Amino acid sequence: MKDKVKVNGSELDAHGLHYSELNRQILRLLRKGQQSMTLRGVNGQRYIGAGIQAKAQLAVHGTPGNDLAAFADGLQITVYGNGQDAVANTMNKGKLVIHGSVGDLLGYSLRGGSVLIKGSAGYRAGVHMKQYVDQKPLLVIGGTAGDFLGEYMAGGDLVVLGLGCTADHPVVEDNIAPGMHGGRIILPEPVPEYSLGREVHVYELTNEDLAFLRQTTLMYSQTFGASAQHILQRRFVKVAPKGARPYQAMYA
Amino acid sequence: MKIDMGSARFRVIRDADRCINCRICVRQCGFGAQKYDSELDAVDTEDRLCVACHRCTSLCPTAALSIEERPLAYRRSGSWSADHIEFIGRQAETGGVLLSGMGNDRSLPVYWDHLLLNASQVTNPSIDPLREPMELRTYLGRKPERLEVQTQPDGTIRLAKQLYPAVQLEVPIMFSAMSYGSISYGVCESLARAAAQVGTLYNTGEGGLHQNLRRYGANTIVQVASGRFGVDRDYLASGAVIEIKIGQGAKPGIGGHLPGEKVSQAISRTRMIPVGTDALSPAPHHDIYSIEDLRQLIFAVKEATEYTKPVSAKIAAVHNVAAIASGIARAGADIIAIDGFRGGTGAAPTMIRNNVGIPIELALAAADQRLRDEGIREQVSLVASGGFRCSADLVKAVALGADAIYIGTAALVAIGCHLCQKCFTGKCSWGIATQDPNLAKRVDPEIGAERLVNLLTAWSHEMREMLGGMGINSIESLRGNRLHLRAVGLSEKECQILGVKCAGEAM
Repeated sequence: MKDKVKVNGSELDAHGLHYSELNRQILRLLRKGQQSMTLRGVNGQRYIGAGIQAKAQLAVHGTPGNDLAAFADGLQITVYGNGQDAVANTMNKGKLVIHGSVGDLLGYSLRGGSVLIKGSAGYRAGVHMKQYVDQKPLLVIGGTAGDFLGEYMAGGDLVVLGLGCTADHPVVEDNIAPGMHGGRIILPEPVPEYSLGREVHVYELTNEDLAFLRQTTLMYSQTFGASAQHILQRRFVKVAPKGARPYQAMYA
Repeated sequence: MKIDMGSARFRVIRDADRCINCRICVRQCGFGAQKYDSELDAVDTEDRLCVACHRCTSLCPTAALSIEERPLAYRRSGSWSADHIEFIGRQAETGGVLLSGMGNDRSLPVYWDHLLLNASQVTNPSIDPLREPMELRTYLGRKPERLEVQTQPDGTIRLAKQLYPAVQLEVPIMFSAMSYGSISYGVCESLARAAAQVGTLYNTGEGGLHQNLRRYGANTIVQVASGRFGVDRDYLASGAVIEIKIGQGAKPGIGGHLPGEKVSQAISRTRMIPVGTDALSPAPHHDIYSIEDLRQLIFAVKEATEYTKPVSAKIAAVHNVAAIASGIARAGADIIAIDGFRGGTGAAPTMIRNNVGIPIELALAAADQRLRDEGIREQVSLVASGGFRCSADLVKAVALGADAIYIGTAALVAIGCHLCQKCFTGKCSWGIATQDPNLAKRVDPEIGAERLVNLLTAWSHEMREMLGGMGINSIESLRGNRLHLRAVGLSEKECQILGVKCAGEAM
């Protein structure tokens, strides 16, 4: 491990640095008024941007570790690489763009801001997503998602575009949105009944849903250079809760 | 044919000579048991609805009311209690899970009642706490293995290494996690104010932190639970301690649902969820499936708060508690809170509450011993909770190894709770476990805080007396000092786990 951090203007060389030291340097630069910075050589450091309340821009080159942007509040992070587990854990505000795929638990309890993933996500993406009045999170997954997508989801918008899905890699695997009681998930057909959680239904898109999907797809294609037209050739549907009170009748 | 197998448990006796027909009881009863018949111009009670919360008897201006257990002459059975029969009746009716409020009420052994404290006689003097210094102050957080000091050129001595973040408690008693939602706003503010006045901490539970209470941050433990309600950067920054809730003594291994009808405008704001939706806190944090994962979350909140606050992990006392505590200490927690099976709750499935978990006395002793055996006791503070009823229970817990004690039920009793166990109905006549504005306004935070301060003041006096009697002048000197405990009526195995000798055995 290096004992001295290389700081070159707004560039931080993360190679060989412990996460704690790396995060301290990020904070130090932010407190000096740096509005944008570039992290190079990131290789598994956890908690990048964790709990930081700032509007600054952070470009991350390499592979950030678990809990990227956990509790983050306003940061604009772009990752040129893949993310690992628990990306945007309990993130409150800001924007996170990942030019790659991510592991499990993407956007756990995401509370606001937007998270755009170019590729695919692992299990339990969007679990416990919430919303409150004007604070409404957006989570977009360009590729496919694993089991338990949107589990316990209480609010917000979750979109899976299904790019690159195959028979072996369906758009979403089993147990879609068990315990979901708020928000909406938009994803391409087919969504077989057996893969749904008990608390949700598949609905046709309303005009509002469709307009939202178009807008989201456009944002995705502009960010990652894909063709919105190509994406929208597929038919999309909505998974939404049957009610806001899934366990109302459970007690004697 | 509809079969109603639930019979009235209580009978309200109204002394007709004393009743002045003022109808206070009608207005006060949250459960609708007291009724006014305008045709007869008379007040009467529907016994079936009475839960024995004593709101009416306490407020009746002429003391005309009393409540007694209604005789229920089931055929005597050593196996089938009245509860068993009525539970089945209710479930046959509804097909639902039974719910209960407050802690386990079964008559299982209370080990505090089998432990007795020591006192000085002749060979070492006891201390009079009224005239001599007696310290109840303690600190929670990781302690260094040893202190390293450096002598400065000018001769002054400084610490060579910075200490770990710690919180100072003027009394080793804190208020345990009770969320805004499970309890009313007035109770939350009472707890916050009292904690600030006494110099201790209260705990938000998993319901977020109301904006008005942010000013009590230095006396607040903010909880992070699986549902992450109200958890954001500001919330984490607001508290003096951050507690990761893994489990709760009243319902180990399961989560909680705050029913949508309790999610009012204010609660929706504090929890950051839409009005009227169920607030679901499942049993697992989905980012924690192992001790390593717990470590990840502990350090996520440490990073997010720049290592300025101790982080606690709260678990329910379960069979393997000692090994789990060791894992939590190694995961980097600064405080481990262990909640015994008598711990209270706003709502738990009755079967879970009554049958899952182990007593705090045994769990605490086992965890403390394990951490000592492994040489890592100083890495964590141990907080015990779950059914503490009086100051003597607290002193015994400290002697078993607790750094501090959480009280929840006792605090609510101080504010008026009469343990009717109906918290989950939201009808609490005392305005404690309710979000009905007409009931909730009954708790005045000023009066609530005063009563809590009085309770802690009284218990502190009693603790000082007990310490003085043992010839000890500081709570820190009693910690884990099990020689000051003796057991009565316990098996050898129980004594061994508690690490105490039998009464009559010498030092």
